[in-house]
Amino acid sequence: MKSNVDLVIIGGGPAGMSAAVSAYESGIRDILILERDSSLGGILQQCIHNGFGLHKFNEELTGPEYAWKYEEKVRKLEIPFKLNTMVLEINKDKQVTAINSEDGIFTIQAKAIILAMGCRERPKGALNISGSRPAGIFTAGTAQKFVNMKGYMPGKNVVILGSGDIGLIMARRMTLEGAKVKAVCELMPYSGGLERNIEQCLRDFDIPLKLSCTVAEIHGKDRLEGVTIASVDANRRIIPETKEYIECDTLLLSVGLLPENELTKSSGIEIDSITSGAFVNQDRETMIDGIFACGNVLHVHDLVDNVSEEAEIAGRASAEYIMHGNEKNIDISVKTDGRVRYSVPQKITRRDDTTLFFRVSNIYENVKIYVSHNGNEIFSKKKIKVAPGEMESILLKKACLEGINSGELILGLEVL
Amino acid sequence: MTKNITCIVCPKGCKITVEHNNGEIINVDGYTCKRGYSYACDETIDPKRTITTTMKNIYGATVSVKTDKPIKKGLMFECMKVINSTVVKFPVHIGDILIKNILDTDVNIVATSNAYLWK
Repeated sequence: MKSNVDLVIIGGGPAGMSAAVSAYESGIRDILILERDSSLGGILQQCIHNGFGLHKFNEELTGPEYAWKYEEKVRKLEIPFKLNTMVLEINKDKQVTAINSEDGIFTIQAKAIILAMGCRERPKGALNISGSRPAGIFTAGTAQKFVNMKGYMPGKNVVILGSGDIGLIMARRMTLEGAKVKAVCELMPYSGGLERNIEQCLRDFDIPLKLSCTVAEIHGKDRLEGVTIASVDANRRIIPETKEYIECDTLLLSVGLLPENELTKSSGIEIDSITSGAFVNQDRETMIDGIFACGNVLHVHDLVDNVSEEAEIAGRASAEYIMHGNEKNIDISVKTDGRVRYSVPQKITRRDDTTLFFRVSNIYENVKIYVSHNGNEIFSKKKIKVAPGEMESILLKKACLEGINSGELILGLEVL
Repeated sequence: MTKNITCIVCPKGCKITVEHNNGEIINVDGYTCKRGYSYACDETIDPKRTITTTMKNIYGATVSVKTDKPIKKGLMFECMKVINSTVVKFPVHIGDILIKNILDTDVNIVATSNAYLWK
């Protein structure tokens, strides 16, 4: 068991594997991927639907197929990985402590670390629904694991709360396997999922999507017997006279994802309260030199293709860090105006072409996306429509940053 | 006649309008790529979908599968019945044909995961 490794990658999902491959291709050979599960691939293994890889591979792949493309590379390059291995702690000195049944508890001194732990589903506890706590309430991802990996159906009559993509995908999946999906309720006046999924997962099967609607009460003692749904007003308060009872034995929750940053926080890395991921610079390097983060642990992505690309940035940068140390010649913070909720990266420390990824806080039409410094606009771009469900990006050319060495950039939206 | 379509080819979800005369395409508007154009035509004349699902393997766990081409939308549930009544033998590699020419549609059911690697 080696106690010193150049690059330790925590998580063997799409982000971790892609980061490993790109670090290898950038010249690093001494790599170790630590994965909690019994196989590589992460959550893609249970995402058996298609639609992955259009951007990256120019073909439509299912989740396991997309994961395999990377696993094959990892195996071909003989990049070492440990499965069934849980990382317990990382610290500022880049020591990683982990445990598995073969090696026991062990600590590795790394030169660089890439955090690629992915995200988790927001649980029911965060929702504050009144009523008892019977069996039959699952997050959509848990149901997905039961159906797709274990071959169990969680129930027969289903209501789904939240219109995130996993919820929509599960509406179709449960329907195909013989369940009746009675409604998908979305608190917001717009869906959190992609248009194509509303089309092919709901409309194809005549499943109603109820916008500005939520689950107000849960009924049943041992097993879920039904839910009361209700419309909400503009302040998201329940309108009592709209209450409606729906008989069901299963409630799936698809109410958002949260980056999984327990390890990050305990190591003292600063977290952005909006993304729930670490503050990073253009290299996806956290505020601790040599510790990088990429994929859904950094901010929740819509497309795995984007996760892979972000991980390539972190992989390359970690290799550069290990071999030469990263050049940092400027110190600019990227702030947002509120209409733009967040930006990744939040810092720019090197003058280079820099892509800013961001999400908006509402649906806006006919907008100008701008970047300004001390009131001077250094970039602008028009867009017909932006929505919170879809991550946007802009490319700031090196020339835009000419003469700017410090201070704040504001990334914002103007409605035209 | 006019048919409004939300394209499902990629995450962009383009809104496409097809003018047609009982399935004879007159004009297509709003598409932004070739694949979107042909999806909109197919959707007007004969809607098809790719099915992704799982099959049982001999150990009781699942193997993920898909139709290797989109299948007629109206045949989805019948197709599911055939898939769910078939059991797969090990080992399975991505791309293996597990059911040939399902329901005489010229569509095959192929594996999308490697079953030998799964626990």
